[in-house]
Amino acid sequence: MNTSVAVSHHHGPASGISRWLFTTNHKDIGTLYLWFSFLMFLTGGCMALLIRAELFQPGLQLIQPDFFNQMTTMHGLIMVFGAVMPAFVGLANWMIPLMVGAPDMALPRMNNWSFWILPFAFAMMISTLFMDGGAPNFGWTFYAPLSTTYAPPSVTFFIFAVHMMGISSIMGAINIIATILNLRAPGMTMMKLPLFVWTWLITAFLLIAVMPVLAGVVTMMLMDIHFGTSFFDAAGGGDPVLFQHVFWFFGHPEVYIMILPAFGIVSEIIPTFARKKLFGYASMVYATASIAVLSFVVWAHHMFTVGLPLAGELFFMFATMLIAVPTGVKVFNWVATMFRGSMTFETPMLFALAFVVLFTIGGFSGLMLAIAPVDFQYHDTYFVVAHFHYVLVPGAVFAIMAGAYYWLPKWCGNYYNETMGKVHFWCNFIGVNITFFPMHFIGLAGMPRRIPDYALQFADFNAIATVGAFIFGFSQLIFLYNVISCIRNSKPASDRVWEGSHGLEWTVASPAPYHSFSEPPQVK
Amino acid sequence: MANQAKHHRTVTGLVLGALMMFGFGFALVPLYDVFCEITGLNGKVDLVQAEPSTFIDHSRQVKLQMVAVNNETMPWRFRPVSSMVELAPGEMHQTAYLARNLTEGFMIAQAVPSVSPSEAAPYLEKINCFCFERQPLKGQEEKEMPLVVSISPELPEHIHTITLSYTLFDITPEQKAELAGQGRSSL
Ligand SMILES: [Cu+2]
Repeated sequence: MNTSVAVSHHHGPASGISRWLFTTNHKDIGTLYLWFSFLMFLTGGCMALLIRAELFQPGLQLIQPDFFNQMTTMHGLIMVFGAVMPAFVGLANWMIPLMVGAPDMALPRMNNWSFWILPFAFAMMISTLFMDGGAPNFGWTFYAPLSTTYAPPSVTFFIFAVHMMGISSIMGAINIIATILNLRAPGMTMMKLPLFVWTWLITAFLLIAVMPVLAGVVTMMLMDIHFGTSFFDAAGGGDPVLFQHVFWFFGHPEVYIMILPAFGIVSEIIPTFARKKLFGYASMVYATASIAVLSFVVWAHHMFTVGLPLAGELFFMFATMLIAVPTGVKVFNWVATMFRGSMTFETPMLFALAFVVLFTIGGFSGLMLAIAPVDFQYHDTYFVVAHFHYVLVPGAVFAIMAGAYYWLPKWCGNYYNETMGKVHFWCNFIGVNITFFPMHFIGLAGMPRRIPDYALQFADFNAIATVGAFIFGFSQLIFLYNVISCIRNSKPASDRVWEGSHGLEWTVASPAPYHSFSEPPQVK
Repeated sequence: MANQAKHHRTVTGLVLGALMMFGFGFALVPLYDVFCEITGLNGKVDLVQAEPSTFIDHSRQVKLQMVAVNNETMPWRFRPVSSMVELAPGEMHQTAYLARNLTEGFMIAQAVPSVSPSEAAPYLEKINCFCFERQPLKGQEEKEMPLVVSISPELPEHIHTITLSYTLFDITPEQKAELAGQGRSSL
C-alpha cells in the first residue's frame, strides 16, 4: 500500500461542499440530520405561529380558511417527519457509534443516502404550497375521503414525499440495528448498552414494522385517486373507516417512535447530573420493550367515535390504559435516580427535569382520552391538541434540546454559554405552558380543533395561547445563537465534559475526532 | 471481513421484514373485510343473494325501518316506497325503492346498503336487491327498484328494531371511463 493511500484513508474531512454531499462519516451525517431538523423545526414553527396569529382573535384576520387548513396540515407533517424524527436519527448517528465503541455506522454509504433523500422529500412537500389548488389541506392524518375524493391535485406530490421519507427512515433504522447488533466493542454486552442505544434499537424495529404500512396506505390512496380502485370509496365497495384502521396501525407506534429515543436521552442525562447510577436499568429496558409491543394493539383508541362495537371500545380502552404501567415504571425510575443524588441544574438537566414533569402531564391527559365514554366529548377538540403537544413539545422536543446541550461540548469541543442556555430553557418552559395549558380548558369547553375561527367564549384563552407560542417560537433564536457561538469560539471542553458523565462517548477527546474507535475499546 | 457478512445477514432480514410489513398493510384490506363479515361489526352487508328461509318465528315482531340517503351531490330523487314495516323473523317481505333521475342526461347509480345496529347486519337477508346491480336511468326517467328481504330467525332476542339504509352514489363518470377502455380495476 503506498503512503498517499494510507494518508488519504486517515485524513480529516474533505473540504467544501463535497464533504457534506459525499460524506459517509457518521459524525458528518449526524450533523447534517441535526441542522436539517432544526431548519424544519423553524419552518414548521413559522407555520404554527401563523396559525396562532390567526387564532389570536375570533373572526378571520390574516388568512383564509383553506390556507389555514394547509398550514395545520403542513405544520403537523413537517414537525413529525421533518423535525422530530430526523433530530433523533441525527443524535443516533452521532452518539450510537461512540456509545457502543464502533468506528462508524455499519453501512456508511447507505447512511449518506438515507439523509440526502430527506431534503428532496421536503422540497417536494413544501413546493405543494405553490401549486394550483394549494398544498394538502386534509390534516396530517390525511383521512380518506378528504385526502382522496376531495384532495387538491398536489396530493400526488404529498404521496411521493411520504414514500421518500418512509424509505429514508427504513434505511436509517436498518443501519442503526446493524450497528448496534454487529459493531459493539468487545465486552459491550446487550445489558451494558446505554439506554439511549437500547431505546433506539427498539425504535428502529418499530420503524421497520410500521413505516411500510404507512407506505402501503399512501399507495392505496394513490391507486384510488389515479387508478380507479376503491379501497376507501364506499360507492365502489370500499370503506373510509378502513383508512383510519390502517393509518392508526402505523400512527400509534409512530408516536412511540417519537418518544422512546426521548426516554433514552433523559435516562442518560438524569444520572449524570444526579451523580448516581440510573435506578432500575433492566426494568427500563423491559418497560421500553413492553411499550413497543403494546403499541401494536391500541390503535383504535383514535377511533372511538367511528362506531366501534362495545367489545372493541372496551378492549382498546383497557389496552391503552395498560401502557400507563410501563410508562409509570420509567417515571418512577427517573425520580428514584434523583432521590438523594447530589444534583446540579445545568441546562441539559433543566430540560430533562421539565421533560419528566411535563411529559407526565401529557401522559395523564392521554389516560383521560383513553377512557372511551369520555373520549366522545374530547374527540377532535383542543383537549386532544393540548395532549399531544404536551407529549411532543415538552416531551420529544425538550428531550432533543436536552440532548443537544448535553452532547454539544463533545461535538464541537467547546462549552455553550450556560447563562444563555438557562434563559433559553426558561423562555421555553414558560412559553410552552402558556401556549398549551389553556388548550386543555378550551378543549373541555368544546372548541374543535383545525378551525380558523371560533366562538367568542374561547377568545381569552386563545389570545393567551398565542402569546405563549410567540415566546416559545422566538426563544429558539437564542438557542441558534448559542450553538453558533459555541461552534465558533468558546471555553474549551474537557474530554469528560460533565463531572458525573459516564460511558464510552466521554473517553474520546473533545471535540470528538473525525475518526474514533478505529481500534475497538475494551469494555470491562 | 467478518463484519460484512454479519451486516449482510442483518440487512437481508430487516429488508425482508420491511417488505413483509408492506404486504401486511395491503393484507389488512381483505382481513378487515373478513373480520367485519364474521363479526358484522361495521354494518356492512354482503352483496350476496340469500336463500329464503323456511321457518317463520311468529312469536315476535321486528320493526324494519328503511332509509334512503343521497351521497353528496347525487341529484336523483331517491326514497323507499314504505319507510317502516313490522316483520316476523323468517317472513319474506317484498317492497321497493323509488328513484327518479332529475337531470336531463343519462346517469348510472349504485346503491350501497348499511345496517344499524351493526350487530343485526348478518341476520338481515336480502333475497333480491336493487343494490346487486348498477342502476342506469335516462334523463327524467323514473324506476321502481325491487327489494325482497327477510330477517333470519336467529336474530338475537334483544334486537327489536333494524334500520336498513341505502346510500345512492353517482358512478356515471367511472362507467364512462370503463367504456372508454381505461377500466376500474376493482369494485
Ligand atoms: Cu395512539
